[in-house]
Amino acid sequence: MDIKETIREQIDSNEVVLYMKGTPKFPQCGFSSLVVDILKRCEVKDFCAINVLEDPDIRQGIKEYTNWPTVPQLYVRGEFVGGSDILREMYNSGELQTVLAAPAPTAE
Amino acid sequence: MSLPTPEELSTWIAAAITCNELRVAGDGRHFEALIVSEAFTGLSKVRRHQLVYQALGNRMVADIHALSMRTLTPEEYTSQE
Repeated sequence: MDIKETIREQIDSNEVVLYMKGTPKFPQCGFSSLVVDILKRCEVKDFCAINVLEDPDIRQGIKEYTNWPTVPQLYVRGEFVGGSDILREMYNSGELQTVLAAPAPTAE
Repeated sequence: MSLPTPEELSTWIAAAITCNELRVAGDGRHFEALIVSEAFTGLSKVRRHQLVYQALGNRMVADIHALSMRTLTPEEYTSQE
């Protein structure tokens, strides 16, 4: 499986996916730490965190996947939502809470 | 290779995007930018940031660790400041 397919599968099989440096318990970058904190405040209990520092292919691949050169990156129900600046703005305006709270699409 | 300066970042951004207001500050690895441009009108925040990343191209990957951005249209800028 090539790296794009691996990423697509991660994003498609989890409702909320965060690509970050480090882990939610031990973030290794201030921007990643900020986004984990925002997700906690939004009461997202269950999200899939992928530590790009553990996998150089994912680290490179995720930058190309969305044409977005930085980490963290948040995906909700398959859609790229943003990096730390956008997530912070969306959290402050309440928009992020709306995106996260929208009901999951029913399985067909 | 030396680290980029805020002035260089400004030049690279301004070469690709016509800005009404452009302010960049930073220490060579971490930067903050305020970018006001008509080009952002009608675009999502993700698309706006992608435009700026595109302007910086490979430098974003190679030299710049982080760029914190506020991307506003002239109307948004006027109503915020």
